[in-house]
Amino acid sequence: MRTWQRPHYLVPNKRWRLALWVMFIAYLVVGIGSVEVNWMRAYEGLDRGAKFLAGFLQPDFTSRAKDIYAGILESLTMTVTSTVVGILLSLPFGVGAARNISPKPVYLFCRSFIALSRSMQEIIVAIFLVALFGFGAFAGFLTLTYATIGFLGKLLAEEIEGIDRKQLEAISATGASWLQRVHMAIWPQVMPRMIGLSFYRFDINFRESAVIGIVGAGGIGATLNTAIDRYEYDSAGAILLIIIVIVMACEYLSGWIRKWVS
Amino acid sequence: MLKLEHLKKRYKTGPWVLKDISFEVPEGEIVGLIGPSGAGKSTLIRCINRLIEPSEGNIYLADACLSKLSTSQMRTQRRKIGMIFQEYALVERLSVMENVLSGRLGYLPFWRSFLRKFPSNDIDNAFEYLDRVGLIDHANKRADELSGGQRQRVGIARALAQDPRLLLVDEPTASLDPKTSRQIMRLIQSICRENGLPAIINIHDVPLAQQFVDRIIGLQGGEVVFDGKPDELTEDVLTRIYGDEDWHPEPQDDADELEQVEVA
Repeated sequence: MRTWQRPHYLVPNKRWRLALWVMFIAYLVVGIGSVEVNWMRAYEGLDRGAKFLAGFLQPDFTSRAKDIYAGILESLTMTVTSTVVGILLSLPFGVGAARNISPKPVYLFCRSFIALSRSMQEIIVAIFLVALFGFGAFAGFLTLTYATIGFLGKLLAEEIEGIDRKQLEAISATGASWLQRVHMAIWPQVMPRMIGLSFYRFDINFRESAVIGIVGAGGIGATLNTAIDRYEYDSAGAILLIIIVIVMACEYLSGWIRKWVS
Repeated sequence: MLKLEHLKKRYKTGPWVLKDISFEVPEGEIVGLIGPSGAGKSTLIRCINRLIEPSEGNIYLADACLSKLSTSQMRTQRRKIGMIFQEYALVERLSVMENVLSGRLGYLPFWRSFLRKFPSNDIDNAFEYLDRVGLIDHANKRADELSGGQRQRVGIARALAQDPRLLLVDEPTASLDPKTSRQIMRLIQSICRENGLPAIINIHDVPLAQQFVDRIIGLQGGEVVFDGKPDELTEDVLTRIYGDEDWHPEPQDDADELEQVEVA
């Protein structure tokens, strides 16, 4: 009678396996113990959560209507301007960061800038820029522009690196200059996706504008933060509902435009 | 007209892809370049317009030494060298007309192509070339709406738009059916005859080459092993070029050459 057991590839030694399990469980126990779960606070939190939910279910659009309107307008302004400026600036960075068409020094510079832009979360950038330029929409605009360059620049560069090289070769063979090659051979190949990504980034920028407002970078986020600080959960609920509706509208619109372009 | 002197090419430190190639192409002569996959045919014609940089040797077109020119000087020479590609290499998302007009890029400043403000003379000629290749009704279609044969005709019109002194043709019929292949070859041949244009045509299909070219150069392992009239291409010569094979009733069918070159 032959028997078979699945061999343990990861840790072949049985004692080591046992020791690792014991260490893992001990760490888990100590770790959870150090969190100091305060059940009293959890209970109070539930209570506040219920109040919040109640406010959410009976949203109050009217009593803070002026603040909400101003916040939404500021957020939309921030979103539109930062998306447009971000797209324009991401073009040179994206082209520069495409290995197949840019010289090595330019490539390295653009890649590092994009990597730097992508390595920092919007909130951290926003905190930094608010400290530099003070509260308000200007810091928010800069934050979102910076993030947009990193996002679109990277995706554009990857798109350019994946183009059909034969088309580029054919345009080069006509004696076209570098700019003409980029415009006639590369741009037509990457344009539809670039348009889709730009609208996608518009979505993201609107959502982010609500988040970075909480750290002082203006927009609807600031209004939301104030409402929560004042325990006006019904107004906060109204703001959240408006954000959800606008994001969904953007999503639908960008999907429709992407379909239309391709 | 075109003269190659001791042309050699190797990629980085790899083996020599082209070993000492020398030949001349006089005005108006159509040369068929045949040889097995990886013989260096694609590399050879790309060395002429320096889409691939030659390692050693000289290439002369009329009075200009192409292999010695700077990048910007080479651009003005490239305008004079029309190129037709294996898989047409049209810019798929541009219209047929834009593809034909892209043959003018070397003559135009950036702002003109950027704003699509092509000189009316160029537009006039472009319509004429489209008429010549039989696609006058398709000017505003997108290139990816056309069939293979039609796309290759656009490729030919684009090369014509350059007002070339020389045509480089890389496997023009490799993705076309036998009938369309003959039509395309006939079109290239008659265009060369009309304008007294010399051409170098890479081609796998030996009978097709014999039917349409004036002279055949056989390439094997990066060396010229045959140079003569199409009717001198005997079974012995074919064996010298391609290696031992029963040449009747079917000629050998080769795989895509360009890929082989790039791997090498």
